[in-house]
Amino acid sequence: MRVMAQMAMVMNLDKCIGCHTCSVTCKQAWTNRAGTEYVWFNNVETRPGLGYPRGYENQDEWQGGWVMKGGRLRLRAGGRLKKLATIFSNPKMPSIQDYYEPWTYDYETLLNAPAQKTFPVARPHSLISGKPINVSWSANWDDDLGGSREHAVKDPMLKGIEDKVRMEFEKTFMFYLPRICEHCLNPSCAASCPSGAIYKREEDGIVLVDQDRCRGWRMCITGCPYKKVYFNHKTGKAEKCTFCYPRIEVGIPTVCSETCVGRLRYIGLVLYDADKVLEAATTEDDHDLYEAQLGVFLDPEDPEVRREAERAGIPADWVEAARRSPVKKLILDYRVALPLHPEYRTMPMVWYIPPLSPVVDVVKDTGHDAEDVDNLFGAIDTLRIPVEYLANLFTAGDVAPVDGVLRKLAAMRSYMRDINLGRDPRDEIPAAVGMEGEAMYEMFRLLALAKYSERYVIPPAHAEQAHALEELATECSVSAYGGGQQDVFGEGSGAAPTPVAVENFRVLQQTQSADSLEQLPGDNPLRGRVNLLTWDGRGMPDGLFPSDREAGR
Amino acid sequence: MTTFLWVIVPYVCLAVFVVGHVWRYRYDKFGWTTRSSQLYESRLLRIGSPLFHLGMLGVVMGHVIGLVIPQVWTNALGLSPHAYHVIALAGGIPAGIAAVVGLAILVYRRRTTGPVFRATTVNDKVMYAVLGTVVVLGMWNTVAGSLLQFGGEYNYREGVSVWFRSIFTLQPEPALMAEAPLGFRLHALLAFLLFAMWPFTRLVHVFSAPLGYLTRPYLVYRSKDARPGRGTGNRAPQRGWDKPELTRK
Repeated sequence: MRVMAQMAMVMNLDKCIGCHTCSVTCKQAWTNRAGTEYVWFNNVETRPGLGYPRGYENQDEWQGGWVMKGGRLRLRAGGRLKKLATIFSNPKMPSIQDYYEPWTYDYETLLNAPAQKTFPVARPHSLISGKPINVSWSANWDDDLGGSREHAVKDPMLKGIEDKVRMEFEKTFMFYLPRICEHCLNPSCAASCPSGAIYKREEDGIVLVDQDRCRGWRMCITGCPYKKVYFNHKTGKAEKCTFCYPRIEVGIPTVCSETCVGRLRYIGLVLYDADKVLEAATTEDDHDLYEAQLGVFLDPEDPEVRREAERAGIPADWVEAARRSPVKKLILDYRVALPLHPEYRTMPMVWYIPPLSPVVDVVKDTGHDAEDVDNLFGAIDTLRIPVEYLANLFTAGDVAPVDGVLRKLAAMRSYMRDINLGRDPRDEIPAAVGMEGEAMYEMFRLLALAKYSERYVIPPAHAEQAHALEELATECSVSAYGGGQQDVFGEGSGAAPTPVAVENFRVLQQTQSADSLEQLPGDNPLRGRVNLLTWDGRGMPDGLFPSDREAGR
Repeated sequence: MTTFLWVIVPYVCLAVFVVGHVWRYRYDKFGWTTRSSQLYESRLLRIGSPLFHLGMLGVVMGHVIGLVIPQVWTNALGLSPHAYHVIALAGGIPAGIAAVVGLAILVYRRRTTGPVFRATTVNDKVMYAVLGTVVVLGMWNTVAGSLLQFGGEYNYREGVSVWFRSIFTLQPEPALMAEAPLGFRLHALLAFLLFAMWPFTRLVHVFSAPLGYLTRPYLVYRSKDARPGRGTGNRAPQRGWDKPELTRK
């Protein structure tokens, strides 16, 4: 047993309202740069729909992920030799047209246009060619089933159920699927990288691209079946979602989670056995992959696992966090979260609670009670289309696990209605889906009411490793920072900025040992300037009010 | 003049080549790439790029054989200069044609595909000009000099090759080059200029041939970067974080 910790996420799709706040805040934080205009580390797709880039799930076309060939696990796009033989031009790389041509508007004409009868118009210009373009596709062009007769019917996941799906607008169902990098346990992007630049962090399993080692061969873009590695066309390097590791390291959630309006994201640790990953990924039957992946996880309640975790150098508070992890509860304890496309065999680590809403909507629209457990169970059994479609997404087409999850969600809906209306809870409802009433209530709490600290259980990077975090600067002496604050244009101007922690340390030391502020050394930032954060309230510092001389002028 | 062209220039260029690469590797690992334009255009690249690169691999191997292996060695193997010549041309001409055609396709693509041309820097253009001239001169020497024998026969293995080796044995013999035909002299001179430019252009990608891929495990695990200043926190904005800008055409 080789215990490793993995930072993982679960998204509750029933709560996603498709507002794209996660995408926008992520873009503002990470990809608002030249070369990454078309890059969405986080995107929200309407399903059924093509996704981003268009039709990325069609692996016959894009050749992403792993496949079983001759009893062994192989990269679908070809192994090491084929990669090196085709290194001069990637045979299966999506073009910018498969994403979309990023554009901006010619705002300058709005300001520079001469006086004229009609208002000037800011026309769209391509950020790739610089020429005016006719915008005809983007990252979420088919949002809310827009143009679904043309686009959604091409959804690769409708394969095999096309005849049953009626794409007429009013009869179709839809839901939103927010996607980030899956931070897989068996990442095929990393395996595809000729330079070895993509790595999985030992501490928290976050998959990152080393920008100094990436040589821009572009094989990772083909290798990732989720198409979540992007090519920065300005720097010539691969970039991908970083799971906001600088935030995670200090114990706060990713930007997409922090800003999620529907509060549908959960972040926490899972412990897994690294020795079992390959074995699980080589499970022959696609339908067994979900169970196989569950088998890789380790139970942090098990003393044996805790002993091994300690031996593997996982800090005790991390194991403790793994016990409280909401992700672990949703995946392992309640079994309501499912992996996205286990058939790619990359062992993805961002899981989803499939939406019950398509079923509820149908029951409601037909005039029946959409909170009655029998109506919902009956609907799940008869409404094969949403269920089969969800199975194509989350369980390689195996309907049984999706059925199980939807029944649990339906049962919870019914069970909680009785409680909310002050009626006696009916314990036969949770029993029908193999749960205790207590557990069902706890699950309801986690899904509906959980507070920030329950949704995001993120142990910060550890004190012993803290020297790696620059702000603490325990490996740099204070004097190494010199007098960074050149008091020319006010606070924060001038040469190298002094880290906050260092400034506080020095300033407080000097003010505490000086009798008056006038005695402070010349390089003390408090002299001639007011920093209310570090002002201890003694005396009246220079600069708080205009001096007499200035006032008299 | 002879000493300057055939002793000083080569040594200076080689020194720049070596030191330049060390410098670039130490200070600009981030820029160590050839900035692929496949995202913009794939069809022509899929033909031109393999043609050019595989052709160039053949050309480079031919140069290694022709310049590094002394004529006496092949003679000792019982290979007459004429037989060697035939073999060299049989291998060299197809490789050369592939490289020239590939390069022509790539340059055509670079010029005519708008986004690719926009992504081409001045540095790239100068490099392509020098590289193209060197390749064309090399082809000219092979076709006109060795195949059609304009201006009499010239055995470069008794001239250019001996001079080339003499540079590395630190006993340069510049006189040999002074006698060589103009085509060979220009080719050699520009080639050394190309070597001097090498570390400062996208040509550095030649030295990132990922042979380690064949032996490393598929998955790479790495521990968090523990070097001070390399973690999170405040530092100056890094390259690759420029704001997008519209330059209208």
